[in-house]
Amino acid sequence: MCACRCGINVHLKDGRIKYIEGNPDHPVNKGVLCAKGSAGIMQHYSPARLTSPLKRVGPRGSGEFEEISWDEAMEIATEKLRIVRENDPKRLAFFTGRDQSQALTGWFSAKFGTHNYAAHGGFCSVNMAAAGLYTIGGSFWEFGEPDWHSTKYFMMFGVAEDHDSNPIKKGIGTIKSRPGTKYIAVNPVQSGYAAIADEWLGIRPGTDGLFVGALIAELLKAEKIDWDFLIRYTNSPWLVIDNPGSPDHGLFVRDDDGEPLCFDLALDKISPIKVGVSKPAMTGEFSVENGLKAVPAFQHIVQEFFGDKYKLENVVAETGIAADDIQRIAAEMAEVAFSEEIVIDLPWTDSYGNKHDRIIGRPVSFHAMRGIAAHKNGFETCRMIHLLQMLLGAIDGPGSFRYKPPFPRPTPPHKKNATHSAGPMQSTTAEPLGFPSGPEDLAVDEKGEPTRIDKAFSWEYPLAIHGMMHMALHNAWAGDPYKIDVLMMYMANMAWNSSMNVKNAIKYMTDKDPETGDYKIPYIIYSDAFYSETVPYADLILPDTTYLERWDAISMLDRPIGTAEAAADSIRQPVLEPDRDVRPFQDVVLDLGVRLGLPGMVDDDGNALYPGGYSDYLANHERAPGVGPLSGWRGENGESEGKGAPNKNQLQKYIENGCYWEFELEEAEQYYRFANKAYLETATRMGWMGAPEPIVLNVYNEMLQKFNLAAQGHGDHVPPDHARERIKKYFNPVPTWYPVQEHIDKNSREFPLSALTQRPAHMYHSWGSQNAWLRQLTSQNYLYINPETAKAQNIDDLDWVWVRSPHGEVKVQAKYMDGLNEHTVWTWNAIGKRRGAWALDQNSPEFQKAFLLNHVISENLMTDEGELRSNSDPVTGQGAWFDTRVKIERAQDQSDETTAPMIDAVKSYEKYERPEVLRYGFEKEVSFEQQERSLGVKEKVKS
Amino acid sequence: MTCLPEKTDKKLGLLIDLNICVGCHACAVNCKEWNTSGITGPMEDLKPYGDDPSGVWYNRIHSYEFKKPNEADRTVYFPKSCLHCEDAPCVTVCPTGASLKRSEDGIVLVNPDVCIGCKLCSWACPYGAREYDTSGGVMQKCTLCVDKIYDETIPEDRRVPSCVSTCPAGARHFGDFADPNSNVSKLAAENDARDLFPEMETKPINQYLPPKKREQHKSRSLEHKVSNVKDALLKWATLDFTG
Repeated sequence: MCACRCGINVHLKDGRIKYIEGNPDHPVNKGVLCAKGSAGIMQHYSPARLTSPLKRVGPRGSGEFEEISWDEAMEIATEKLRIVRENDPKRLAFFTGRDQSQALTGWFSAKFGTHNYAAHGGFCSVNMAAAGLYTIGGSFWEFGEPDWHSTKYFMMFGVAEDHDSNPIKKGIGTIKSRPGTKYIAVNPVQSGYAAIADEWLGIRPGTDGLFVGALIAELLKAEKIDWDFLIRYTNSPWLVIDNPGSPDHGLFVRDDDGEPLCFDLALDKISPIKVGVSKPAMTGEFSVENGLKAVPAFQHIVQEFFGDKYKLENVVAETGIAADDIQRIAAEMAEVAFSEEIVIDLPWTDSYGNKHDRIIGRPVSFHAMRGIAAHKNGFETCRMIHLLQMLLGAIDGPGSFRYKPPFPRPTPPHKKNATHSAGPMQSTTAEPLGFPSGPEDLAVDEKGEPTRIDKAFSWEYPLAIHGMMHMALHNAWAGDPYKIDVLMMYMANMAWNSSMNVKNAIKYMTDKDPETGDYKIPYIIYSDAFYSETVPYADLILPDTTYLERWDAISMLDRPIGTAEAAADSIRQPVLEPDRDVRPFQDVVLDLGVRLGLPGMVDDDGNALYPGGYSDYLANHERAPGVGPLSGWRGENGESEGKGAPNKNQLQKYIENGCYWEFELEEAEQYYRFANKAYLETATRMGWMGAPEPIVLNVYNEMLQKFNLAAQGHGDHVPPDHARERIKKYFNPVPTWYPVQEHIDKNSREFPLSALTQRPAHMYHSWGSQNAWLRQLTSQNYLYINPETAKAQNIDDLDWVWVRSPHGEVKVQAKYMDGLNEHTVWTWNAIGKRRGAWALDQNSPEFQKAFLLNHVISENLMTDEGELRSNSDPVTGQGAWFDTRVKIERAQDQSDETTAPMIDAVKSYEKYERPEVLRYGFEKEVSFEQQERSLGVKEKVKS
Repeated sequence: MTCLPEKTDKKLGLLIDLNICVGCHACAVNCKEWNTSGITGPMEDLKPYGDDPSGVWYNRIHSYEFKKPNEADRTVYFPKSCLHCEDAPCVTVCPTGASLKRSEDGIVLVNPDVCIGCKLCSWACPYGAREYDTSGGVMQKCTLCVDKIYDETIPEDRRVPSCVSTCPAGARHFGDFADPNSNVSKLAAENDARDLFPEMETKPINQYLPPKKREQHKSRSLEHKVSNVKDALLKWATLDFTG
């Protein structure tokens, strides 16, 4: 249902849903369930459900469809895709939105031969993921979590009110119930999680990195850093060549065996690093062979953070956080980290052979998501948070941030992205998404220009590890870098709130080539369970089931659900049969694969390898020998975990176990996992790691320097001229903060306010939860504004105002909010809907009063130098939603209480009755008195 | 008019910690999905797909901002449902006996078979905790999930109101306030629990833990051992930090 991925128990009666509750044993939610999950009944019975495959018969956007059979739909889709594959597979672009089955859909793309594939991470949180994976081998949220049970000082940056729903709420509740634990929210908006923080820092958006940098500077100057941690587990002491202009400037000095070197103070010479033995210098300048100079990597850190950029007065001016507060927080952090350490008497051995008799934890922990991620400096900001963690020695110890297995992984993980699509009728060797480890891994042609339709992994966005779905429509429309034939999408409302610029998104899908009269994006296949705003723009609709009618899996091959203590994966089994002509998208993908004869989906005779569909695939598919989508009960008789032969009873075993598998680590394997010998051996045995090699944490990132060197013209892979300056500017081995364009460009004075969005907690990770219950909670969104900011413009509470940016305007109703940074306005996202969609009545508030902020956001930005650039982080391609700047003006006509622009209605889709009065429930067979008397002896509900 | 029991054996109710509630609405929606099929359901929705959608909710979440002198402003989420008062005016005002307080556990219920929908109880309740079912013409309200907490087919630790079992943050607790050793009594005693509107003399069973005042920060800062980059690099170059 969403990326929180909670376990649920669905209680049925007479074939209908009676009650949905959290599965008490499930690793993610342990019995709790959010509002959205609790409203699943209304989601499931929504009148907006699609009921059969549809073929467009009117112009795009008209909503004129013909209902067709699945046979016909699959024949049409197969024929379209077959022609693409026979000619040039990259002309299929497959983007799957909030897909939780990326291990399947990415694999399908590879087998089809296209590398034009991604899910929605590029416009969600890739900055956070990439920064973590390239720095510490894990990251916040899915790859790690604060040690909720013993942290003493918890700082959370941003985090839109929803992410990541139940685990965060449980965690914060745990912290708040434990005396002596401090929780600081760094967030322009004091709502949701920030509302219950012990301290709220209403920071100015996009400046968090400066705040973190100031904390780092304070800790360095006070020498309140964990030297031992830095020396043992990070590359701080590694010597870096200091030879500006040379091809090896900024790279590590290595010996003939490729081992990094340090200057050993005890030996008084340069020598290979032996962790636990070497006594390395942390600063200083040393001569290596050939008269070259080298300095420890840590010296670069010192030079950066002693710089003027992070001086208190500058940080105060940019962030709005008081100098007193910055200094105090640095002191509090240092005190907790170094005076309140947690010691567990448990022997363990590190990867270097050193035996330790105890585990030391520095109980300061951090968490970040969007906002941090949704800025064009988000990658660097996240790296700086990880640097702060390293300086405090607060990574994977008791009380600090802790990895969730199968993380940590090497920095970056050893899975390369595809660099190009395959030739006709061929498959790509690598899957579309992966992790470049240098310029040689980019998806560029011989001229250095992008090979992907979204330009991910190009010189413009080299580490776009989640792809750039937000650029797909524009680029496909523009034919830049080339035209495509078929766009296939799933679970993303690209004609509405998932696109930064709704009017343009609609234009991209409806524009025709004047010469041929054909649509510029020639064919669009879309799968959705509901009549969303995107449905009318597709040529072929393959209707999905609801989440209660299909098999699902949260696989270790994808984004697993483990906790700090245990690895885990899970399934969901269908509890209801579809009552209409719809099919699970995952079944459809596999069926398409069979019809196209894709390797891995058919045998030599062309017969389906997984005739039972997705559930068959889940149990029987092997990605590598012994490794499949699910890790539990492998082996013919279910005797193996992690690796093992497929087991035909695997899904039954999952069901018997509450639909999840959990593998708890020995306590001594739960900490310091980047260098924990026992853990790394377990991880290798389980198939999570290729070899039990330690993972060195990067205070200094050599790979980023390799990109910088390439931009200086060094090496075999250099960027084209137009990309050089950007790479030089944004690829730095040391984390650094820079202001985003909108804060300093020529428009920045005219548009002084940052404009942000959050998703309501009750509509987490979804765009379509306008169901009968949830829309009673929120059917109109307001623009929240600090009263002081509003009054300066004569705006009263609940006035209608125009919000304008360089990209557009939208009319909205304003609402005062004191707990809001004065330079910031914000609203709930995706409450505004397009008239005609979602099976709502024509006069619903979602159409009349609710609005999308997307109207003032653009996927492209013009720089002051006149270059058109994606509105994205220059390293990762992360869509920079939160850099939006606006001005506001009171609307002249306050009597017109409707939003604008009012985009024309789409034709409505009315397959189900929409009652004026809904009385969901079950008929009572007996009187209230009889029921009350018989309490406690009720019939057992079916689970 | 309807009589209250002289005494109830138990005083079942909720303790709600406003220091932990993040206003996520999980409790409100889970309540609705349980109780719409429950002993006093269904809980109607009016114009569920139209303009101004509304409906019956036994539990509603309000949010407020407040500011006290010399304190930073706060956002507070305030879940509100029937407080199952000891001196429940909604019961005594009821002309038919439909509104009742159970002697065994103190739960206040409405018997829809007897309720005539006169709404006197909703006027009498100072908390606005009663909900009118226009379709059935009867009053509805929180039942404390009386049809869940005694259901022996449900695992014992899940026999709590659905708002409690579903609360992700753990802000809601259920128990017997008549028992001084119960979880809720202890939490209430340890944490300055409050009656809502004590001046109304309804003796509510449900208790709230009000938001604690945020600590005043004491100015402090770290002593700088090095103040500029040159000194730092020089000093640290020769130090053995592995000791």
